[in-house]
Amino acid sequence: MSDRPAITLTVNGKDCTVAVDGAETLLETLRDRLSLTGAKRGCNQGVCGACTVMIDGRPMRSCLSLTANCTGSDIVTVEGIAPNGSLGRMQAALEETGAVQCGFCTSGMIVTAEALLRDNPHPSAADVQAGLSGNLCRCSGYRMIVEAVLLAAAGGGESA
Amino acid sequence: MDDAIDPNRSVGRSANRLELREKLTGQAKYIADLSRPNMLHAAILGSPHAHARILGYDTKAAKAVPGVHAVLTGDDFPDGRMGAFVKDEPPIAQGKVRFIGEPVAVVAADDEATARRAAQLIEVEYEELVPVLTPEQGLAEGAPLVHEDLPNYFMVFDAIRYGNVLSETTLSEGDVAKGFAEADIVVEGEYETPAQAHVAIEPCGALAEIDEQGRVTLWSANQSVFRVQANVCESLKLPMPKLRSLTPRIGGGFGNKMEAHVQPLVVQLAIVTRRPVKLILSREEDTETVRVRHPFRIRMRTGARKDGTLVAREIDTILDGGAYGDDSPGVLGYSLLMSRGPYNIPHVKAHGRLVYTNKLRSGAFRGFGNPQVSFAGESQIDEIARRLDMDPIELRLRNAVRGEGPWFLGQKLASNGFVECLETMRAAAHWDERRNSSPTPGKKRGFGVAAAAHISGLLGTGAIVRLLEDGSVVLNTGAVDIGQGSDTILAQICAESLKIPLDRVAVASPDTDGSPYNWGTTASRVTFTTGRSVALAAAEVAKQIKELAADMLECAADDLELRDGGFVGIKGVPEKQLPLFLVSIQAHWRRGGPIVGHHTWVFDRPTVDPKRAVVSGLPFRQIGVYSFAALAVEVEVDAVTGKTEVVKAWQSVDVGRAINPRSVEGQMDGGFAQGLGFALTEEIVFDNGRVVNPTLMDYKVPTAKDVPFHMQTIIVESPEPDGPFGAKGVGEIGLVPVPAAVANAIADATGARLRKLPMTPERVLTEMLPPETDDDAA
Repeated sequence: MSDRPAITLTVNGKDCTVAVDGAETLLETLRDRLSLTGAKRGCNQGVCGACTVMIDGRPMRSCLSLTANCTGSDIVTVEGIAPNGSLGRMQAALEETGAVQCGFCTSGMIVTAEALLRDNPHPSAADVQAGLSGNLCRCSGYRMIVEAVLLAAAGGGESA
Repeated sequence: MDDAIDPNRSVGRSANRLELREKLTGQAKYIADLSRPNMLHAAILGSPHAHARILGYDTKAAKAVPGVHAVLTGDDFPDGRMGAFVKDEPPIAQGKVRFIGEPVAVVAADDEATARRAAQLIEVEYEELVPVLTPEQGLAEGAPLVHEDLPNYFMVFDAIRYGNVLSETTLSEGDVAKGFAEADIVVEGEYETPAQAHVAIEPCGALAEIDEQGRVTLWSANQSVFRVQANVCESLKLPMPKLRSLTPRIGGGFGNKMEAHVQPLVVQLAIVTRRPVKLILSREEDTETVRVRHPFRIRMRTGARKDGTLVAREIDTILDGGAYGDDSPGVLGYSLLMSRGPYNIPHVKAHGRLVYTNKLRSGAFRGFGNPQVSFAGESQIDEIARRLDMDPIELRLRNAVRGEGPWFLGQKLASNGFVECLETMRAAAHWDERRNSSPTPGKKRGFGVAAAAHISGLLGTGAIVRLLEDGSVVLNTGAVDIGQGSDTILAQICAESLKIPLDRVAVASPDTDGSPYNWGTTASRVTFTTGRSVALAAAEVAKQIKELAADMLECAADDLELRDGGFVGIKGVPEKQLPLFLVSIQAHWRRGGPIVGHHTWVFDRPTVDPKRAVVSGLPFRQIGVYSFAALAVEVEVDAVTGKTEVVKAWQSVDVGRAINPRSVEGQMDGGFAQGLGFALTEEIVFDNGRVVNPTLMDYKVPTAKDVPFHMQTIIVESPEPDGPFGAKGVGEIGLVPVPAAVANAIADATGARLRKLPMTPERVLTEMLPPETDDDAA
């Protein structure tokens, strides 16, 4: 362990120092070292989007992001989207629309949708379809997830 | 929306998933999220050959890697055989390998990277054998045998088997020769459908832990804790009390997690190492080594009279079963049972052969053979409508199975909303006004319809409802919620049956130690079969509540009723009532324990009426009740590239009764999307037996941009007398009609008739172009 460089990064508002080798991905660090298992390994290739987390405010594939490159970065995972016990607007909108089925893609969807809404507060359905097209869901057919994003944009997700 | 609804009414309400919050906050624990103290991580080594004899192993280099705790090959496993229909599959390759990627060795190490590195250092000596790469090769005279021992394998039904044919099934009614002689027109074609990958976003995985007595606890991504237990114990020759099978949250299944994947491997590693062992497949391993939807080759012809009356159909199919039997004989039998479609056709003959090949095994996948035959059948209905210049919905209505049917082979239907599905779909899609707007420039627009029926039922189910001391309930069914929402649905049925709020029902996680037997989350069956058991177990609880309350209220049990909110009271006397907790406390004090209701069931109406039908090689005697659906799609086909986009979809579905309407819509939306992938983009491509596109980069499942946002589901409720509150299943039916509806819309848009899936731009364009003539060639 001693020959591994210590990396300091902020995860969900807390400073963490981890000793990792150069090949370790942020997804591995989050899941295996920090016990944040909300981000999922669906393909480990950057296609399915289930591992999406915010890195310095941008939704990124944590399976393709090396932890060693995240020194000083601010990481937000699904566990950090809203303070303990509360839901963010996208989570609340998903609760209201009932779009969640198996839940395996949900963490990544939430992170991607939060970024989408921040960058485009009033998206059209087509904007949302395009914005979520890097996050695969095999259960829902997407319609209710798109509705949830539109609902969150309309302010429907603020109540929780 | 739910605020206005009485909290004591649970059935018919779009209640949220019981476990929703944990899924929204990243707290839900799937198999990869589980960990045990001192846990090891495993990796597999797959076969590089499609068909080869294993001559020997050299594991020295792998064992020498620091951090490696065990390297096991076929020699280190018991020689048991597992399988749902035929016991033909060893826990790991033994003696020979039968497909590329088949696990030949497995490693347990301190971490996954070390295990994977060590697995690559295992040397296996092979003697290559001639592979069987297609069913046609397998059927050829003198073909090499994939399973030399087929005649000796134990089978759960009396299969017709020979050579590489694992099962041959023939079903007939009437006299097809006579039927075709009566036909004015006959359409005929050969249809091909590819292997489709399930692509649950969660890959398969398992974790096994052994105790000091040698008893193993096994968590795995699964669709049935009981099938997991049976598969592991059969293949490892392990007495069943030695294995307890449990389930974490499941990240989708679609059939991929119904039978075994890596469970036998981790159990054997745990037994050998005496440590907990976890193995999670990579996406590529999941795609290459678990299972796929059966490739079908279908020859079908259908005859009709000039007035549109269908008179005859004949179908001959060949299924590529891959290297092991898995659920294949069931898929063959079921697909033939569905090959008539939901129509009255007096003369039908259906024949099929299931052939072993040296490829990844085929198995259960949402639709279970029905999407393949429905692609052919519903395409032919459309062709007949075009030839006769009839509206395709009118043609279907003219021939629709109505009332009690019967279904092909003779089963009578107790609920049948098929006609209402066609009519409500037609209205929702504004079908009769569909040509009133113009297509996008450069695109050809078309509309297509297709219909479907699908069973819900099959095999055993049960429920235990236990009244806790405070008057709330624990429901235990053994049915695995794979993400489709059955925990919530079953809790709704339980709550409604006992007139208590939904939040007073807890659902026990499936556990082979304590749950009633449940065959599995498959065959669109949990709401219908397990839901029925829940309702009847709850009725038993209600009966016992009344018996005890009668004593307490000094009245007759027959004079009592359950009341909303958890009360039992005397009919017509509102002030005479007891809260259930008082009754339950009395049960604990006076009767020595809680009130418990237990019910088990298997669907029992015969599939075959021997007076109507002649049948051979059909693996099931009774199957289930029928749900119905009708689908219309609007497509745009790019005139230059041939790319097809579905822009709108309307679907009606008869579910008997929607216990949770939003979950019904979720199943229909999701089934549609998966069917859309099957129709347009998804195909596992084999090159000499090797899967060439195991990554999600190369295997294209529909994204949010590919599935129309304009997708409407109309729920038709034709109550099923056997179903809980009239409900029947909806898990698979949404996928079934999609390929044919899209093919029919492409034909409408372009005149091109596609008979091979997926309908890629290249294939559509090829069919759109006029055939080459000699002049073109010159």
